[in-house]
Amino acid sequence: MRSFTKSNLFWPVLGLVLLLLLNLTKTPDFFSIRVQDGHLYGSLIDILRNSAPTLLIALGMTLVIATRGIDLSVGAVAAISGAVACTYMAGSPDESTAGRAIVAMTMAVAVAVLLGVWNGFLVSVLGIQPIIATLVLMTAGRGLAMLITDGQITTVNNSLFSKVSTGFVLGLPIAILIALAVFAITAVLTRRTALGMLIEAVGINPEASRLAGVRARTITWIVYVFVAFCAGIAGLMIASNTNAADANAAGLFIELDAILAVVIGGTSLAGGRFSLTGTLIGAMFIQTLATTIPTMGIPAETNYLFKAVVVIVVCLLQSPKARAVLAVRRPTPLLTKGSAA
Amino acid sequence: MIQMTAEAAQATRTQPVVEMSGVSVSFPGVKALQSVGLTLRAGEVHALMGENGAGKSTLIKALTGVYSIDEGTIIVGGEPRTFHSPAESQAAGISTVYQEVNLCTNLTVAENMLLGREPRSLGRIDTRAMNRRAGETLARLGLDIDPKSQLGRHPIAIQQLVAIARAVDIDAELLILDEPTSSLDADEVAKLFEVMRTLRAEGVAIVFVSHFLEQVFEISDRMTVLRNGQFVGEYVTAETTQLQLVQAMIGRELETLEKIEQEADEHTVKTQGAPLIEVIDLGRKGSVEAVDLKVFEGEVIGIAGLLGSGRTELARLLFGADTPDHGDMRMRSKVTKLRTPRQAIDHKIAFSSENRRSEGVIEDLSIADNMVLAMQASRGWLRPIPARTKDRLVKKYIEALDIRPANPNALMRNLSGGNQQKVLLARWLITEPELLILDEPTRGIDIGAKAQIQQLVANLAKDGMSVVFISAELEEVLRLSDRLVVMRDRRKIDERANQDVTVSDVLEIIAGEVRNDA
Repeated sequence: MRSFTKSNLFWPVLGLVLLLLLNLTKTPDFFSIRVQDGHLYGSLIDILRNSAPTLLIALGMTLVIATRGIDLSVGAVAAISGAVACTYMAGSPDESTAGRAIVAMTMAVAVAVLLGVWNGFLVSVLGIQPIIATLVLMTAGRGLAMLITDGQITTVNNSLFSKVSTGFVLGLPIAILIALAVFAITAVLTRRTALGMLIEAVGINPEASRLAGVRARTITWIVYVFVAFCAGIAGLMIASNTNAADANAAGLFIELDAILAVVIGGTSLAGGRFSLTGTLIGAMFIQTLATTIPTMGIPAETNYLFKAVVVIVVCLLQSPKARAVLAVRRPTPLLTKGSAA
Repeated sequence: MIQMTAEAAQATRTQPVVEMSGVSVSFPGVKALQSVGLTLRAGEVHALMGENGAGKSTLIKALTGVYSIDEGTIIVGGEPRTFHSPAESQAAGISTVYQEVNLCTNLTVAENMLLGREPRSLGRIDTRAMNRRAGETLARLGLDIDPKSQLGRHPIAIQQLVAIARAVDIDAELLILDEPTSSLDADEVAKLFEVMRTLRAEGVAIVFVSHFLEQVFEISDRMTVLRNGQFVGEYVTAETTQLQLVQAMIGRELETLEKIEQEADEHTVKTQGAPLIEVIDLGRKGSVEAVDLKVFEGEVIGIAGLLGSGRTELARLLFGADTPDHGDMRMRSKVTKLRTPRQAIDHKIAFSSENRRSEGVIEDLSIADNMVLAMQASRGWLRPIPARTKDRLVKKYIEALDIRPANPNALMRNLSGGNQQKVLLARWLITEPELLILDEPTRGIDIGAKAQIQQLVANLAKDGMSVVFISAELEEVLRLSDRLVVMRDRRKIDERANQDVTVSDVLEIIAGEVRNDA
């Protein structure tokens, strides 16, 4: 237990549990999950389903942040992805067939990956600061999405496409299954290979890594492509949820949620060590918070106010001074004393 | 203290003023002091000796309450005490005068001496009483200083004496002088010693920290020697020779260094046939001009030169960290172009940068990850080093290089400079290089680690590895290298076999070029 309280996941997990318990006080059946037509239903399932786009993008963002970078363009990329898929389907004569949906989604993700290549090029080859480099696409991307949809909200009618967000497999929402699959693949790719360690090395000390023979440029490039890939899939989920591509509103501010999820999960914005599990919990936390606010009878529009409070608390928990104060209160022996014995 | 009876003085002589025993202080990952003792007696000057990083200042700070101790006891005047701040220790009669005088130069001598303890009358500071009292104390110490003069007008030596007078006025039973003589000339030192003798005769215990052996032998009664945070011994000065003291301070490292030198002298290199690496006219604009250099198998090339002479820049060109504008490089007679460090590593070249912190260590990764980084990078991310191989390599090098803590999972940021340097060496040795370029591998690390690293270089060369050794410490370069290259103003100005070359020879080569230019 002590090892868990000292773990980096302690605070995010504690926050999530407290938030869930808070819901229980207002909604006694908050934790109940019922089976209907072979699907699972309930508040917890809703939270899981709705957190999928944020979780996806946050996974990619975790790796970007681990390299000391940031990607502000993910919301715009998600909007472009949705726009590409919907415009393609709406413009084809056999709009509602499964084949069309598959081609449309493949195209959308391919476009997203291309945009990631662009971001990665700006950051790793041209050496532009990540926040500026991705700001370009953050602002231009929405315009691009508007161009694709011709300024309209493009609606589609395709059952396979709408399943991406609303469908179920094995009783669980497809959206969360996709997000969890990406989580598992990312975890395996980073922790079962040497990629994670090399990403962390580049994030902590890029020059030392380069002199040790690490292909720092390639690694940086790859993470921007990966986060754009995640944003592309997230964009499809968002569009699928409403069966429409809204260039203006789709994925708006999702980059901030994703960054917040990463930070709540314990990955420092200064780069270096990252925790994918932490990000998973962070994304759940944000979605639970968004669900809790209306449940408590507070207008949903005040959501951002509460997120701001979370940001402040997280900052406090990560600041060395606040940690020192907390460490004094917790009766754990100091490292130095332990090693002296 | 001062007006004490003969018996009381006798009693104090038998009972130490301060007795520290078994004192340990550690910082995360580093043991700064390990079970160190220090006994200070009234009326004695006690020298605290040791190399840089031996733990002298840590011990003083542990005594005065700047650092808290992890283990051990501090007995002051017969009672166990723990000070939590310098103010507490001062109240207990322990005064410290540091190398840099921290007094107010814009106040008068008297104001400085009585700062915070000014005599008052009717709520006002009684300037006349203050000057009188300061004058009395100065006179008692035999110092002819006007108490009404502004402190800043006096030279540093006088300011230092005022600082001591201030400590005496507090009725210090123990006076700690931390390198007080480092900025004083001979006359000033004589004056300081006079004051110290006066205080000693009055029964004050004095701790004297200095690097000047002559001074220590002149003034001190006893000496305590520390080495690598450990207590070596307490010696009576009159019964100790300078050689014995130096041996106690440097310890077996002295023998090690002598052995290394002997081995390096015996080490011979076959300089016939094709060199391992040969550069012709290699240079880069604004960094190094046209250098020719051959490195043979098993040869140690020492590069000497001042900062900015191009020694580091040449090393970076050899490693591909910077790309040359002109010139050729051949490895085993084959033309080779190195554009990135990665290509150099693939050609079995390794380079340890002089900037350990910014270009070497990955602070937030473990010792193990730092060690295997270069090997992992050259395998590519898809082929992780198997856990068993990694454990074996890491364990082997932690033992072989005596890395502490010997815990592979310890974070690099918690290691001392010497241990970080050893981990970085291990990072390169794991890649099994044929040419190892070491830029200032011993900068800022303690003498023990220094000797270990030099021994390692000598052993590697004996096993056939070629080494380019760059260091600002010429003794080190001369001790290890088979051939010596001297650089100045971004050019190679001399190259010679390292036979009977002395430090002053090298300095003359560097300086001689200046005369030719002028």
